Amino acid sequence: MITLEHVSKTYKVSKRNAGFSSACKALFRREYEYIHALSDVSFTIQDGEMVGYIGPNGAGKSSTIKILSGILIPDSGTCLINGIVPWKNRISHTRGIGVVFGQRTQLWWDVPVIDSYELLKEIYQINTHTYRRNLERLTDMLDLSGLLKTPARQLSLGQRMRCEIAASLLHNPRILFLDEPTIGLDAVSKLAVREFILQLNKEQNTTVILTTHDMQDIEALTNRVILIGKGQILLDGRLEDILLHGSSAEESLAEFYRSHGI
Amino acid sequence: MKQYPFFKVSRLLRLSRLRKYIAFFRLYFTMGLQYRTAAFAGIATQFTWGAMEILMFRAFYQSTAPDGIAGASRFPMSFAATASYIWMQQAFLALFMAWLMDNDIFTSIMDGNVAYELCRPIDIYNMWFSRSLASRCSRAVLRCMPILLVAVLLPAPYGLTAPASLQAFLLFLLTLALGLAVTVAFCMLIYISTFFTLSPDGIRTIAMSMVEFLSGAVIPLPFFPDRVKEILELLPFASMQNVPLRIYSGDLSGYAMLRAIGIQAVWLVLLVGIGKLLNRAAVQKITFHGN
Repeated sequence: MITLEHVSKTYKVSKRNAGFSSACKALFRREYEYIHALSDVSFTIQDGEMVGYIGPNGAGKSSTIKILSGILIPDSGTCLINGIVPWKNRISHTRGIGVVFGQRTQLWWDVPVIDSYELLKEIYQINTHTYRRNLERLTDMLDLSGLLKTPARQLSLGQRMRCEIAASLLHNPRILFLDEPTIGLDAVSKLAVREFILQLNKEQNTTVILTTHDMQDIEALTNRVILIGKGQILLDGRLEDILLHGSSAEESLAEFYRSHGI
Repeated sequence: MKQYPFFKVSRLLRLSRLRKYIAFFRLYFTMGLQYRTAAFAGIATQFTWGAMEILMFRAFYQSTAPDGIAGASRFPMSFAATASYIWMQQAFLALFMAWLMDNDIFTSIMDGNVAYELCRPIDIYNMWFSRSLASRCSRAVLRCMPILLVAVLLPAPYGLTAPASLQAFLLFLLTLALGLAVTVAFCMLIYISTFFTLSPDGIRTIAMSMVEFLSGAVIPLPFFPDRVKEILELLPFASMQNVPLRIYSGDLSGYAMLRAIGIQAVWLVLLVGIGKLLNRAAVQKITFHGN
């Protein structure tokens, strides 16, 4: 179970006006601005839930994911994931989560995918039996058999994303964070990834937290959406709650943002 | 006897924790072995460079100072020892050249990919340390054999001579490993400094030229004036290639050698300690400030 209570986070960002003279001034006196990335965010996610975490760029999605994965400490508030405060015990917390950042890669670039997996086996100290079983299951579900011997750099984006997702699941995480997993994928790959996530959630009861800008991902995968804007939760409920009659999900969402002044 | 099971369990735990870093070493070692063309180019470069350096030293050794005393009698190392020093240096260049750094580490810090590493149950200091060790070792393994072989076949005093004794050879291997570890521990400080600066280039350039000059990569440390040499030998840079190469060529032995090995060990502990502290501060900085 994931509980987040009254979590706030502020970043300090250095600022200056345009031009040479302000650049010179900034040499002596820097001006900073405080950006409230998250203010008083609370939610609870039960085991086995699939939640879409959505919001415009800069709304605080990444900050939340970073807090949940233990690599960012909030200024105030509490967070408990399966009884662990993520940032206080990063190493043992990370054993129980899987993370996929669509824009980054966790595979080692120059070696065959299977070598990356073998390394992950050691990193997560997965016993050989579990590793074999998971690898077999994931290879089957994500259709990886032809890809495992190929170096990651030679895979297409869709192939790589399937390999990335498998990499994040080898150690049987109870919670999976997916940060824009379908970004840049073609229709076939997108459908394959979605179908897999649904199946994973159904069979393994894995909790999935998905951030995306793709409303079709949300419609296909999640019942519950948490909508965040300017660091605050604007909606925690069902996507249908904001759907406007006769408009697509995308248009409804844009209208919703507009009505909240973001 | 009562403590025995506990001791055993804790040792097993430590071993299993070490396993992941051994896995990193294996992966990066094999990764390094696939760059064959780079190795051929490296061998050619190192061979030419070594030959040029030896010819340059030959000119110095054969010269006569204005007061009529031959250069060779004033030099701290015999010409054959200098030649051995240079060949060994070229053969194991990849172990000690500080500028052979892992650019992936710099970019992962600068573009934030390091966050991904932090989402895994690993200590990034240990991971980068084993990675760097591995890529240096695989480069050296690929390059050393042809260079050593040719150097052995060269006629005396231009070639590589056998070590003074078996004991000297074993000590050479030990200090080679220590020197490699000191070099990597020093490079770790440069990697980690990237967390605190916007670009690693400044620190990197300064550190590289310092290592190059002060470690004996340009000219062996015995050729420095005595007073300067005394100070240089206490610095971490002298604990890199200087010790093993001089033990091999027979220039360093007895008490001075033991002292040098002791200094190597002290620097290794210090540099790793400082690196781990800095690393902890860096991780704190990322987790507190988000970047």
